[in-house]
Amino acid sequence: MNNKALKITTIAIFIIIFIVFYKALQDTNIYTPKKKSNNEIPSFSTNLFYSNKKINSSELFKLDKFYLLNIWSSWCVPCRTEHPLLMDLTKNKKIEIIGLNYKDKKNSAENFLNELGNPYQEIIFDKEGINAIEWGAFGVPESFLINDGKVIKKYIGPLNKELVEEIRLLIK
Amino acid sequence: MKILKLFFIIFFIFYFNHLGANTDDMKIKITKNLRCLICQGQSVYDSDSEFANSMKVLVDKKLNEGFSEKQIYNFFKEKYGEWILYDPELNKNTYILWLLPILIFLIGGAIVIKNFKIRK
Repeated sequence: MNNKALKITTIAIFIIIFIVFYKALQDTNIYTPKKKSNNEIPSFSTNLFYSNKKINSSELFKLDKFYLLNIWSSWCVPCRTEHPLLMDLTKNKKIEIIGLNYKDKKNSAENFLNELGNPYQEIIFDKEGINAIEWGAFGVPESFLINDGKVIKKYIGPLNKELVEEIRLLIK
Repeated sequence: MKILKLFFIIFFIFYFNHLGANTDDMKIKITKNLRCLICQGQSVYDSDSEFANSMKVLVDKKLNEGFSEKQIYNFFKEKYGEWILYDPELNKNTYILWLLPILIFLIGGAIVIKNFKIRK
């Protein structure tokens, strides 16, 4: 009887292990972070791109309106594809776009903006990529929709037409 | 007197060298325990990605600002969640991870002892 119970337990343990491993195989092993919702915006001192003035990041998001913080770089190819969409979004007066220039050369970034246009109300110059970490970002491009000093939506990767439409609906 | 001066110079060089080494050791320890979130199975220390390099700069900056090891872990945990740590702390989300090996060990031990007694 005891032997039978031991056999059943062993088989049950193996079945459980098999199910756990099989399920884990189905999961993607790329980590997707928990989307930050209703989170306070980080506060840190940073430099502005054009004036090189040192400011506190929270000063950029003072007004009670919608902001889109967009992390971009001139060397980032997907940033080029989302750029026209950002230019289009500037027509909407309910939202201001703030840029965070990530690990870039100032000259290259300026050329990028001269070529494709500047959708940004203000740009943070993040030469070492540490400001992006303060935002909990992984790289470029990434965007954060902000309202009332809080991040209400985070977009990892380039924005597309559907996502921009979603932003338009959210700020309506 | 000259020998004494020389001794002091050597002492100071070694003393400050040691301090620098301590900060470096701490930086290595911390970056080895931080997961590079955009890499496959690499720590921040092992990775040379843009993300990992920025993390290294930030760890260095925080250490220079006087942050403790735990404060730095908490800072990154707040930004990226518990997953960023290779050595997760015991809390309601990780208790199975910590307790399951002990539980399996105890059950296995009990089975072995029971079998041993039966044979006797």
